[in-house]
Amino acid sequence: MKPIVSIKNLVKAYGSFTVLHRIDLTIAEGEVVCVIGPSGSGKSTLIRCINHLEGFAAESEIVVDGVAVLPGANLARVRAEVGMVFQSFNLFPHMTVLKNVMLAPMRVRGMKAEAAAARARDLLARVGILEQAEKFPGQLSGGQQQRVAIARALAMEPRVLLFDEPTSALDPEMVGEVLDVMKKLAGTGVTMVVVTHEMGFARQVADRVIFMDGGRIVESGTPAALFDSPQEARTRAFLRAVLNH
Amino acid sequence: MNILNTFFNVPVLLDSLPVLMMGLLVTLEIGVVSILVGLAGGLVLAVARLYAPGLVRTLIVAYVNVFRSIPLLVLLIVVYYALPFVGIRLSPFASAVTALGLVSAAYTAEIFRAGIEAVPNGQFEASAALGLSNRHTMVDVILPQAIRIVIPPLTNNSINVMKDTALASVVAMPDLLKQATQAQALAANPTPLIGAALIYVLLLCPMVLLVARLEKHLNRGKR
Repeated sequence: MKPIVSIKNLVKAYGSFTVLHRIDLTIAEGEVVCVIGPSGSGKSTLIRCINHLEGFAAESEIVVDGVAVLPGANLARVRAEVGMVFQSFNLFPHMTVLKNVMLAPMRVRGMKAEAAAARARDLLARVGILEQAEKFPGQLSGGQQQRVAIARALAMEPRVLLFDEPTSALDPEMVGEVLDVMKKLAGTGVTMVVVTHEMGFARQVADRVIFMDGGRIVESGTPAALFDSPQEARTRAFLRAVLNH
Repeated sequence: MNILNTFFNVPVLLDSLPVLMMGLLVTLEIGVVSILVGLAGGLVLAVARLYAPGLVRTLIVAYVNVFRSIPLLVLLIVVYYALPFVGIRLSPFASAVTALGLVSAAYTAEIFRAGIEAVPNGQFEASAALGLSNRHTMVDVILPQAIRIVIPPLTNNSINVMKDTALASVVAMPDLLKQATQAQALAANPTPLIGAALIYVLLLCPMVLLVARLEKHLNRGKR
């Protein structure tokens, strides 16, 4: 399969503190990649570099669908093709759910209001909250808000979807509904990069699992390989800590 | 009785009422135009400070600091009495609006900046991730949220501008205060001044109460 995201020699530092050490990673079109690892391992920073929410060192190179990720005119083009779902949803609180989903297609793609509304309703139906379309985000539960956020990202018909710990801010009983939506998405051919602590989801849905620690990719492989026969001592220690309790 | 006749002389008040009303009209004109100039200027400065290149940003910070430091009366006198020496001759009205607008824009810029900074960073990130341009991010996402936050301080600033219009009387503007002092001289009685003071209070007290209510309302809505 052809690569859609290619990351070469990615270095990211805050002052003298290096968050990412020379990361190389290629993600194929349609692939579902889960990134796991302890807090502070750089996994969120890694995916935030892909759409340049975080800048990175000049010697690094990230290419998304043939376009280099750099500040400037091309960045909006990259971002239009790369959707993102945040831990804290970041819905626009002053707009209805429907308007949240309609905004970017109208402003970025120049879609007419009726067409954008129709697409928004389709997507809200897909994530199971069409009946909340006229409500404001503040009136919804966390799980519902995160599903709206997924619909908002999908409305741009992105080639790549980035998920930054999408269930970490949710009450436990709402995690399932969001993961279910993501599982359905994984079957549709969209490329997904998911930073998550949900090992069950990673094992079940990912094509490839990446374990990060200390700003480096320690190990990566199929879920079966990584979870059942991890090669690195650090991977084994991490999995023991998160799985055995 | 003597006090009543001196300070609350009804015939004198009635005589001076027409000129006081004319003065009030001028005060309102200066105030409203200055407030609008300040709002527009302040918004442009606040947004430019966010996105403009470094040099422009430095200039804006300097502008804001200078015009928040300079006493309005001094600025007004400079505009009206000093600028003619370099060939810039402004009418009393234009001088008053220029001075009030320049200072109000500086305060308004700070208010808008605080409002924009109060919008969570996640809103900027979500907008960026969707590919929205800076302009759409501001117009569709950030400013509608910031405006709610800045309405009470903006109203406060507007009250201050309205009050400061009284300074325009020193550049021979026939505003409420100027009309009152002239009527006082004419009648040899201070009642028109008392009348003018009452009109200022009647005009601005509702706005002061409105700010108090808005602040209470917005605090209640806080998560």
